[in-house]
Amino acid sequence: MNARTLNFIGLGLVGIIGVAFLVLTPRLAELDTVLEFTVYMIMAILALSLALIWGYGGILCFGQSAFFGLGAYSYAIAMFNTGESTIPLLLAIALPAAFAALLGYFMFYGRISDVYLGVITLTVTLILFNSVNSTAGPEFHIGVARLGGFNGIPGIPPLNFPGNKAAVIDLEGMFYLATAALLATYFGLRLLLASRFGRIIVGIRENERRAELLGYDPRAYKLVTFTIGGALAGFAGCLFANWGNFVSPTIFGLAQSAQIIIWVIVGGRGTLIGPIVGCIGIQWLNTALGANQPSGSDLWTKLLANAPLILGIILVAFVLLVPKGLVPTLGDWGQLLLRSRTRRMAAGLKPKQAEEG
Amino acid sequence: MAAPLLETRDLSMRFGGVQAVRNVNFTLAEGELRCLIGPNGAGKSTFFKMLTGQLQPSQGQVLFRGHDISRAHAHQIARLGIGIKTQVPSVFDGLSVRENIWLAASRIHSGERVSGVVDEMLERMGLTGAAKRLVGQLAHGQRQWVELGIVLSTEPELILLDEPAAGMTHDEVYKTAELVREINRSKALIVVEHDMQFIRMIAKQVTVFNQGSVLVEDAVENILRNPLVRDIYLGKQAAA
Repeated sequence: MNARTLNFIGLGLVGIIGVAFLVLTPRLAELDTVLEFTVYMIMAILALSLALIWGYGGILCFGQSAFFGLGAYSYAIAMFNTGESTIPLLLAIALPAAFAALLGYFMFYGRISDVYLGVITLTVTLILFNSVNSTAGPEFHIGVARLGGFNGIPGIPPLNFPGNKAAVIDLEGMFYLATAALLATYFGLRLLLASRFGRIIVGIRENERRAELLGYDPRAYKLVTFTIGGALAGFAGCLFANWGNFVSPTIFGLAQSAQIIIWVIVGGRGTLIGPIVGCIGIQWLNTALGANQPSGSDLWTKLLANAPLILGIILVAFVLLVPKGLVPTLGDWGQLLLRSRTRRMAAGLKPKQAEEG
Repeated sequence: MAAPLLETRDLSMRFGGVQAVRNVNFTLAEGELRCLIGPNGAGKSTFFKMLTGQLQPSQGQVLFRGHDISRAHAHQIARLGIGIKTQVPSVFDGLSVRENIWLAASRIHSGERVSGVVDEMLERMGLTGAAKRLVGQLAHGQRQWVELGIVLSTEPELILLDEPAAGMTHDEVYKTAELVREINRSKALIVVEHDMQFIRMIAKQVTVFNQGSVLVEDAVENILRNPLVRDIYLGKQAAA
């Protein structure tokens, strides 16, 4: 079996599992489970945005939550002002993309080193957090939308079918939308990465100087990658604002930023399915541990209920023991297994050939 | 006389207090093959870096077909038609041999054509059997071939080779010399090399660098006889 066939089988599997999940979940699960899954799907899109720019573009961005938050806020503010969701949705993608393009322009064309890039993106996120956090007074409003400071913006109207205000998307509809959007993002990114552009950004990640000496301008390629990542994160932010009908400055917080990076580390850089698995796994674990409230006084129960501690341990374990991440490591094992089987089969064939010869 | 392919005027590079390259006036004709020799630290690699936009000269000019490229970016210079094989092979280690060549070829070709061009180049570099292997896992000599393949795939008019024979076996050195001569049938080359045997195999005209300046420029047989050159450079080799 060659790499190409394996690739097609993988794509087919993702497609089948994705569509089955999309169709079956609302039929089999309770509404609260469906709601829970919806937010996993939304966060997985956010994970994919970093999977693209870090895993393939080699740009370590600590500020993915800035674009996520901008998307959520753009949607909320525009929605209060227009009442129809088509333009707010587009704005939630376009504004973070434009912001990413502007920030990226100064970072890439200014030839900022990788470390400073991390510092700058992190700082931008914290600046946004602090700015939005201090807009509690009634004087801070855009149109009729009050920013609400640390209290956030509650009661955000949900998405409707384009052009039809009355046809509001309900909770189950949100699940379908989020899952379909995740599948579309995944396959869209696969297409992008298989294209000439995708192969070149991987080349730049591998050896920027060489790519440059071949005649590619790494700054332009990185800028486009970064902008696509910003647009995707903004889109996820829009869906997130819809899911909870609420957005607050914690969306820009340090915890949120770090979490996205953890999803990608755990799932595996340089893959798309890895960050999705990492994101959903950790989100699920977070919920499961959070639900397990300490009922007794015994130490173990208390310890297990401490979600941040458990997550911290998992992250440290991954960085030390599975540095490549879950999916690439499993892939390596699969290859080893395949190779040893082929070798055994070859060894089994040899004596027979010798006899025949 | 036709305008030279490449010309430098008073080209200089200073790193803090160190003058790495000093007032170099160098010309290369269309289709010429020139060897650069000189002891370590003579400024040969710095000179190459200025020609390819990896370093911006502190002073002076680089003219390629009459255009001043001293302030141009590396990718712009590459697009104008200067390709370089660096001293330590600069390749895409995490990608397959085929993908490496593909990345280079797809800069100038598009669509269906790329794949055919890649196949031809793999064949020419003797890499067809290793096409699917990761470049990072190849032996040093093979990585050199991959890099040469990359450089040739962008079809530059002028090719700079920084120690192409370094770390190669005797047979490989011979093969490389053959290849250099073959490339020279259609392209101009500047080759930095320490291996005198290799230089004898390929060169007609040689430029000797010493302490950042051009010491002497002459035909290869005169250079080998030049006592000054022997003193600063060849003496060590001849004794070895």
